[in-house]
Amino acid sequence: MSTRNRELVNLVLASVVGTAAFASVSIAASGEVSARWAGYAGVVIGLYALAHAATRATVPFADATLLPLAGLLTAIGLTVIYRLDPEDARRQVVWVALGIAVLAGTLGWLRWDYRALERYKYVFGVSAIVLLLLPSVPGLGYRVNGVKLWVKVGGLQFQPGELAKIFLIVFLAAYLRDKRESLAQGRLKDLGPLLAIWGAAMLVLVQTSDLGSALLNFGIFLAMLYAATGRALYVGAGLVLFVGGAAALYNALDRVQQRVTVWLHPWTDERIFCTINGKLEYRQNCDSYQLVKSLYSIANGGYGGTGLGKGTFETVDGTPLIPYLNTDFVYSAIAQELGLVGAAGVLLLFMVFVARGFRISLIAQDGFSKLLAAGLTFGFALQTFIIVGGVLRVVPLTGITLPFVSYGGSSILSNFVMLGLLLLVSSRATVSAGAP
Amino acid sequence: MNGQIGRVATVALLLLVSLVAATTYWQTWARPGLAERQDNEIQRVAQFEVKRGPILSPSRVLARNRPAEVRGKTLYFRRYPQGGLTAHVVGYSTVARARTGLERSLNDYLTGSVHGLSTLVDQSLDRLSGRPIVGDTVKTTLDLHGQRAALEALGSRCGAVVALDPRSGRVRVLASSPTYNPNDVERRFARIERITADCTPASPLLNRASQGLYPPGSTFKIVTATAALESKRFTPASSFVDPGYCTVYGKRVNNFDTSRPFGTVSLATALQFSVNSVFCNIGLALGAKRILAQAQEFGFYERPPLETPESERLPSGLYRDGRLYEPKRNSDVDAGRMAFGQERLLVTPLQMAMVAGAIGNAGILMRPYLVDRIVTPNGKTRRRTRPERLRRAVSPVAARDVGEMMVRAVQAGTGTAAQIGGLRIGGKTGTAETGVQGRNVTWFICFAGPEGERPELAVAVVLQNQSLTGGATAAPIARTVMQALLVPTANP
Repeated sequence: MSTRNRELVNLVLASVVGTAAFASVSIAASGEVSARWAGYAGVVIGLYALAHAATRATVPFADATLLPLAGLLTAIGLTVIYRLDPEDARRQVVWVALGIAVLAGTLGWLRWDYRALERYKYVFGVSAIVLLLLPSVPGLGYRVNGVKLWVKVGGLQFQPGELAKIFLIVFLAAYLRDKRESLAQGRLKDLGPLLAIWGAAMLVLVQTSDLGSALLNFGIFLAMLYAATGRALYVGAGLVLFVGGAAALYNALDRVQQRVTVWLHPWTDERIFCTINGKLEYRQNCDSYQLVKSLYSIANGGYGGTGLGKGTFETVDGTPLIPYLNTDFVYSAIAQELGLVGAAGVLLLFMVFVARGFRISLIAQDGFSKLLAAGLTFGFALQTFIIVGGVLRVVPLTGITLPFVSYGGSSILSNFVMLGLLLLVSSRATVSAGAP
Repeated sequence: MNGQIGRVATVALLLLVSLVAATTYWQTWARPGLAERQDNEIQRVAQFEVKRGPILSPSRVLARNRPAEVRGKTLYFRRYPQGGLTAHVVGYSTVARARTGLERSLNDYLTGSVHGLSTLVDQSLDRLSGRPIVGDTVKTTLDLHGQRAALEALGSRCGAVVALDPRSGRVRVLASSPTYNPNDVERRFARIERITADCTPASPLLNRASQGLYPPGSTFKIVTATAALESKRFTPASSFVDPGYCTVYGKRVNNFDTSRPFGTVSLATALQFSVNSVFCNIGLALGAKRILAQAQEFGFYERPPLETPESERLPSGLYRDGRLYEPKRNSDVDAGRMAFGQERLLVTPLQMAMVAGAIGNAGILMRPYLVDRIVTPNGKTRRRTRPERLRRAVSPVAARDVGEMMVRAVQAGTGTAAQIGGLRIGGKTGTAETGVQGRNVTWFICFAGPEGERPELAVAVVLQNQSLTGGATAAPIARTVMQALLVPTANP
């Protein structure tokens, strides 16, 4: 069976699971399978078909599991978002449709040779920094939840950080392929760029006070640096620099400080001064409110979960119990309704995606392709780790999105760009490896 | 470069594996702890979607569900048909104020979260077919007839009554006054706050039977007398000279009635008439540690093992600055005063019922229990309480001798008000003076059964703010409760 036919079979499986999940939510909400269910199934299957047509036309030899995995994660995300707020789900469907268009566009534009990107590496590098700093430009950026991540132009708002991440990976893949030999020799003057990137990360951190994206971008940098040079010393030094820098800035960054405190001690036995309402409160009712409620939500799922559509997210009188459930905390909704079995299943989908991504990197022939695939895949894994780990209190909680699952346009679009790039690398690698 | 990429891939996958581990932690190990937290609204709300199991007495329903449609969901709120009758044992389960009593401690059973394999299958089927999860039924041992008799006898007085079967530990009455209507907790809490009684604050939510700490007064002489006999240094016939007082550290400690010293008395007579000076001298002779060791045999210094939440059961013993206190040396405590129940001893009525019960049961202390059986929704018994021996608290000989002294106290001593024809009753009165007129804590503890048979009942009654003695105030209440439980009538 050809690769694309295998992809088709996988997509059929994904649409069966996705529509079954949506039927389950629909039954739980109204006691019957409503007409909306058929509409939803139709739209999702249609989008799968479009994406599949695009891969058939442009990347015939690309990995057969990446698109179905992304499709399944998107369907799961849509289902959970619909269950929480049907209005958001409608908007999300539009974003997914745009995402598929962006995917098709990326595939079509770069189908001959994506390695052309290498030539514009500095354009990508500079754009990445500009995009990262855009939210702190007065008049353009604005704060959500104390973190400057958003840019508003007219009525349009977006998170430039999501796109910046991909630009950064493209830049690093090109730059490191170029310089890996000299960097591997470890001469002092070659450490300049390392320090420059560290400085940029710190600058972005100070400007946006967003620990999450600083950690993500710097983590991607270290992983790609290691993949290119094989020098663990760089990783160690980088980590020391980052932790040291963050610690030095710690006192200046209220937001970061608060996140770390909440992470270490979410519960207090005594009432402390709460800066949110100016009263004495237990911390679980103040700063750590979100984290603690999300942990309760996860714990409530147990082994088997409450069942899709049967979870508890509001009080008896309808007040929401968990804020940002659609975006940052989408995992705690999944974990409550699907339980350990379902949540582990979703994480397994992420793991398979990551494993396939690195496989592409391993079989790719040239350094740029290898580093690009490894960087994109590691970024995908690290982003998942930072947000889900934050929700699970493994690391301090920072607001970034869960790839393909969370509600949000910027995130969906950039994830499909990333998927497109991986498919392009994969298709070429399979061809040049000689075994399509 | 592939070696490096392989290592980066390993790190990436390990990061994701750690997420699976963390999810497992929160959803399994940490789950019960989080569910218990008072600020866990999700748990509180989610549980109202479960068809909670009923709580029953052998004859009546104590807690049942009242389904209500709220925003398209069926929620099951609680009703308590017996009102205040069993409020302190059953407790309440509400949205506004979480849970207390058995509703709290047996929450896992009542919400069907204790899984056997068959329940797991049943619940999965229920879930698939959209039926609500049904919790287990809890069958308690409470005797509503006795419970009502106790509360009516207590009336507006503040106090508590505990009655248990010393042969098995089965608790038949656990009443606390003033009581409250658990149906008012959710929406009409102000009514509970307005409850008044012969004490301030009235604290109707307090379960005085197991949470109330009171000075034991002369009822503690049972413990002292037992320690004296067990030490082999005294016998029931040991004689003492009672001058009407006892000298401790150069200070005189008076009898309850100093005007009539008893002269030369035996230990048996001293218990019968509750002569303080005799017990004071025994205490000085034995030392505090020996008496406290005997008290521990009866269960002092540990929370009585009952199915109610731990926070609703307090241990008895010496208290200092609000904390349980165990003296290191004999000289740390005034043994003379302790021997007749003074000196910062604080006890719960439940503990004193266990003391009387152990004496009545030939020295064997049984584990008290309130829950007879827990039954699954399809009628299988999930858990049945079998009577369990906690320990031998007293040797058979000493138990027999102390029991005999207690019988004499009821036949012709301080406890005559508890007599019931045809029953053999051994009891001990107690009057702990607080120094303020009309503020005495009065007690009566006893065991009772048909003549010539093993005692079937142990009772402890405590009253706050009394101006008379335990014999005059608490003994008649014990008599009423014993009549309700032992004299055959049309029991409901």
